[in-house]
Amino acid sequence: MNKMEIKFDALSQNEAFARLAVSGFILYKNPGINDMEDVKMAVSEAVTNSIIHGYNDGGVVRIYCELNGNELMVMVEDHGKGIEDIALARKPLYTTRPQEERSGMGFTIMEAFMDRIIVESEKGKGTKITMYKELK
Amino acid sequence: MKIDSNITGNTIVVNLFGDVDHHSTDIIKNHIYKNLTPDIKNMIINLEGVEFMDSSGIGMILGRYKEMSEKMGTVSVTGIRGNMERIYTLSGLYRIIKSYDTVDEAIEAVKAQAGVYK
Repeated sequence: MNKMEIKFDALSQNEAFARLAVSGFILYKNPGINDMEDVKMAVSEAVTNSIIHGYNDGGVVRIYCELNGNELMVMVEDHGKGIEDIALARKPLYTTRPQEERSGMGFTIMEAFMDRIIVESEKGKGTKITMYKELK
Repeated sequence: MKIDSNITGNTIVVNLFGDVDHHSTDIIKNHIYKNLTPDIKNMIINLEGVEFMDSSGIGMILGRYKEMSEKMGTVSVTGIRGNMERIYTLSGLYRIIKSYDTVDEAIEAVKAQAGVYK
């Protein structure tokens, strides 16, 4: 098993860093270009959610990854305001901020690009998204 | 992310390069606001130079579509491929915003559609 952990400020300029860090972590497994791109997409969505929805005025986002054989686990965690209704948040096109040009596709994309995702959240405490993908 | 645009007649072609994510969508929006004149009726968002785009890019394109629709204008996209195409399809955007392989094709379509391209 191999693991990696990073913590960074919840700033939009760190979104690129986050997705490149995770794709860099799995690089030695020689994954296909599709898997690399899928992981970057899912991480970008999860981290963007933490930055936009988790925190109002800054905070810290933590990413923890594990590689067990070819199975990748990516955990994206914030200590922001949490999700009130997880089932509603996961619905395609649902957004709490229609006036801000959000597509409401974040969770739908994470689900489509990873094998499975687990969303844990508590109001006022934060959100933890755990995603799994078997690398080919 | 880099961005430039050119205007021919009443069509603006917005060329995006690099990563289109939540961080860069504000930069893109500001560039478009600065360059969009009231007489521009068609917008072509060219993604040929884009290496990565997530759902923030979808939201940004949808936002431009809403704005252009308000003034009876059009939005089309070009150069969409790979995972960009997957999220474009997942979000249902392809049903309302036309996609072309190249900018030339999009310009031809705009001309044919409106007959107002000069």
